[in-house]
Amino acid sequence: MNAVFRTQDLTKVYDTGELQIRALDGVNLELYSGELAVLLGPSGSGKSTLLNILGGLDHATSGKVWFRDLELSSLKDRDLTLYRRDHVGFVFQFYNLVASLTARENVQLVTDVAPNPMPAEEALAQVGLEHRMDHFPAEMSGGEQQRVAIARAIAKRPEVLLCDEPTGALDSKTGVQVLEVLRDVNERLGTSTAVITHNAAIRRMAHRVVYFLDGRIDRVEENDTRLAPSEISW
Amino acid sequence: MTALDRKLIRDFRRLWAQALAIALVLACGVAILLTTFGTFMSLEDTRNAYYERNRFADVFAEASRAPRWLMQEIRQIQGVRAADARISQFAVLDVPGQQETVTARILSLPATGTPRLNLPVLQTGRLPSPDAANEVAVNAPFAKASHLQPGDTFHVNLNGHRRELTLTGTLLSPEFIYTIGPGALMPDNETYGVLWMPETAVAAAFDMDGAFNNVTLKLSRGANTEDVIDRLDDLLDTYGGLGAYGRDLQVSNSFIEAELEQLKTSALILPPIFYAISAFLVAMVMSRIIALERSEIGLLKAIGYSDVEICVHYLLLAVLIAMAGTLIGWGAGTWLAQALARLYAQFFDFPYLIYNLDLGAYALSGVLAIASAAMGAGRSALRAARLPPAVAMAPPAPPRFKRTWLDRAMAALHLSQPVVMILRSLLRWPLRSALTSLGLALAVAVLVATSFFPAALDELVSTTFDRSNRQDAILMFDPDIPETALAEVMRLPGVMRAEGQQFQSAVLRSGHREKEVAIEARRPGADLARIISSDGRAVDPPPRGLMLSQRLARQLNVRPGDLVEVEFLGRINETHVVPVAGLVTQYIGLGAYMDLDTLSRLLRQAPRISVANLKVDAQALPDLHRVLKDTPELSGLIDMTRMQRSFEATIRQNVDIMTTIYLTVAVLITVGVAYNGARIQLSERARELASLRILGFSRGEVSFILVGETMILALLAQPLGWLLGAGIAKALADGSASDLYQIPLVLKPAGFALASLVVLAAALVSSLVVRRRLDRLDLVQVMKTRE
Repeated sequence: MNAVFRTQDLTKVYDTGELQIRALDGVNLELYSGELAVLLGPSGSGKSTLLNILGGLDHATSGKVWFRDLELSSLKDRDLTLYRRDHVGFVFQFYNLVASLTARENVQLVTDVAPNPMPAEEALAQVGLEHRMDHFPAEMSGGEQQRVAIARAIAKRPEVLLCDEPTGALDSKTGVQVLEVLRDVNERLGTSTAVITHNAAIRRMAHRVVYFLDGRIDRVEENDTRLAPSEISW
Repeated sequence: MTALDRKLIRDFRRLWAQALAIALVLACGVAILLTTFGTFMSLEDTRNAYYERNRFADVFAEASRAPRWLMQEIRQIQGVRAADARISQFAVLDVPGQQETVTARILSLPATGTPRLNLPVLQTGRLPSPDAANEVAVNAPFAKASHLQPGDTFHVNLNGHRRELTLTGTLLSPEFIYTIGPGALMPDNETYGVLWMPETAVAAAFDMDGAFNNVTLKLSRGANTEDVIDRLDDLLDTYGGLGAYGRDLQVSNSFIEAELEQLKTSALILPPIFYAISAFLVAMVMSRIIALERSEIGLLKAIGYSDVEICVHYLLLAVLIAMAGTLIGWGAGTWLAQALARLYAQFFDFPYLIYNLDLGAYALSGVLAIASAAMGAGRSALRAARLPPAVAMAPPAPPRFKRTWLDRAMAALHLSQPVVMILRSLLRWPLRSALTSLGLALAVAVLVATSFFPAALDELVSTTFDRSNRQDAILMFDPDIPETALAEVMRLPGVMRAEGQQFQSAVLRSGHREKEVAIEARRPGADLARIISSDGRAVDPPPRGLMLSQRLARQLNVRPGDLVEVEFLGRINETHVVPVAGLVTQYIGLGAYMDLDTLSRLLRQAPRISVANLKVDAQALPDLHRVLKDTPELSGLIDMTRMQRSFEATIRQNVDIMTTIYLTVAVLITVGVAYNGARIQLSERARELASLRILGFSRGEVSFILVGETMILALLAQPLGWLLGAGIAKALADGSASDLYQIPLVLKPAGFALASLVVLAAALVSSLVVRRRLDRLDLVQVMKTRE
């Protein structure tokens, strides 16, 4: 299968002065085009660090990482910015909406700079928020805010969608709604999606599950049968 | 409009109170710069244009009586392009409906009608006909103050002959933009005027046929003024020359120069203070905004906004604040400049409008405002741009507090936790605390520096009028009269006491330094016009000694005991060496004093007097004026009571305006600094303070932490503010020193106390306003928000 991301001995060391923390310790991984992968592991196992590096938010200490043929580990900040702008959609645990902008305007933040975006209204319709477009974040529930964040991420028609604990701040019922949107985007738009979570229940909707432990990949599992988000609960 | 622009505008609207507090401080800088720099440019341009168009002379000289043919030699002096000879005399007028004696300077108009230099501008009517004996034109402000119109008549005492003159027109002249009579402290158009009369008439009245006593020269471009002055002095020497001088010593021009200088000083000193404070406030607020928007910055980066776009986004927020400040400043500055122009119109007589602020002044003040705000925001905006996205997304590490000797001291003192929190926070951000304190100190300084003016002017008035010049009136004689004539003065109606005094023009020299002055000579024990020595006592100049005002001594670089060369000008042109006997406290003019006998001996003449100082019975004043208007020898009269009154009124008005402006400014600075400081504290501390509330602290106890920090910084600011204020006051007093006057440095405890009270009160009110937000804090909501 065609790999979107490929890493080779990826290592990230945080140097706090007094001690060194190896957040990633020689990770070799491939993520495939069109798949929905869940990266599972306890806090501090290195999955967020990996996602940040894949998304061009952070640099590795050593090792290499490719996005298709583009070697991200050799890019300068300026090129990483362009890479993020053109190819990557992010969804974060705390939604990270701009409080002073409405749902539509939050999405427009992306459509203003992306090369070939869909209209903000269309992106919001995709996540079922066409009726909440002119509301400010403070006027929306957590689940709605996260769906705005997803709309914002997919509005640029990204090749990859990177989600860091997208349901971490949500209750089970709202979380399921968000997961449904993610699966829908993955299936309808074919966007390669990586979801980070420490919630083991979510693994069952993935094509593949990558288990993290202490900065390394513990094991990789393929799901023969995937569950629909509505069948998941925690 | 992009979504990022919308965020910018909404952020700006959300921050309106803080933005306004900063914008107002910035507006002060913009307004003051616009007013001072704009008025400077406009006054200078107007004056230069006036001088250029009306051929204002470059060199001026007076003599006793010089023959007309000397003009040919004067015109041949190298560098002289044109020369005008005139007759200039003083006379006393009797204006209908005017009780006071009016003094006038009479200038002759050439037979050709209009002079070549110092061309007067006709305001109404016409110039007198060259051959008319009783026609006269007067300076327009005098005509207005005396309610005279072309066709009206009034009487003048010309060299002892009472004559009726008909007014043909009113004029303005580049020589008399600031018209001040001899011995006067400020313009008084009711009692001093300038008269232009045909040369034949003046010459006949003053017995000056074929002669002149006043000459003005226009020089060619690049001519050396000093050389021309020296050569002119040589030529006039034998004719009682009183020393030629350039524009710098021309009375009207030197007052305008002093005003221009003061505007320039203000433009250079004050606005930078406001721009700097605004930059600091913008820096403080922006650094907090960027701390609060850390995750939003991370997000913007994650979705592909470049460093430059993010940097510009935050810079633009500062630019919006600057634009608000600039607009307010332009409005206030335009208003202030117009007010200043109206004030100038009271004192300066220009034929055209002074007020036309050019676009350059607006542009400069605006560009500087935007630049200073951008500079203030620069560091924060760059930090935002440089924030690595992965770091930005993570919550910031809690600030590091370390145990220091101070903590041990606080523990030993058993301070309460809220006090410890305040002190630790001050020390945690020492630079911010220091700059906040400095900002408040500047507000104190502005007030201390302002409060010095009223006290200084009281001192100036009391020294000048109550201690030195205690006479009710001064009679002036031109030429001098024998001292024996004082007996006749004593017989004038209402005169209770009369003392004579002689003015003798002289050049004082010490080494290479020299200064032309009028030496004042009196009898020992003179009680109406006294000399106050630098230790505050009334003294008499000793025989054979010269007493100098402190500023004159400084200019000549001499001390008591040193010798100075005295070259008398006028009738006798001799040089003597005289010791400096002592120094005199004097704020107006550059005085030099001598004993009358000593001066008479040096001049080899029986004692003569130029003025008589009078103590007058106020009841008899109308009678006195009536008699004086017909006194032949009299060339002028100064009503000291009237002068003191108008001097004080004018000064009081100016001081009141200035005090109001600076009080506003100081309050705006205080509010800008204290309000923003408290808002930022509240923003940083909201969680902490909410926690305390949940733990059971009362509203009062919690707001004590918030208000306490601001007030401690405000208290710490006081001593520095006093010091800075005293420094600024000293700089202003020193900067005011010219040959015309010097404002004394008088600092009173009340001034310091008032400054502190105003700033402390404004700081308290500002932090109490923020406290109201604290009262409204939703405890649950605050605890939920992620920092």
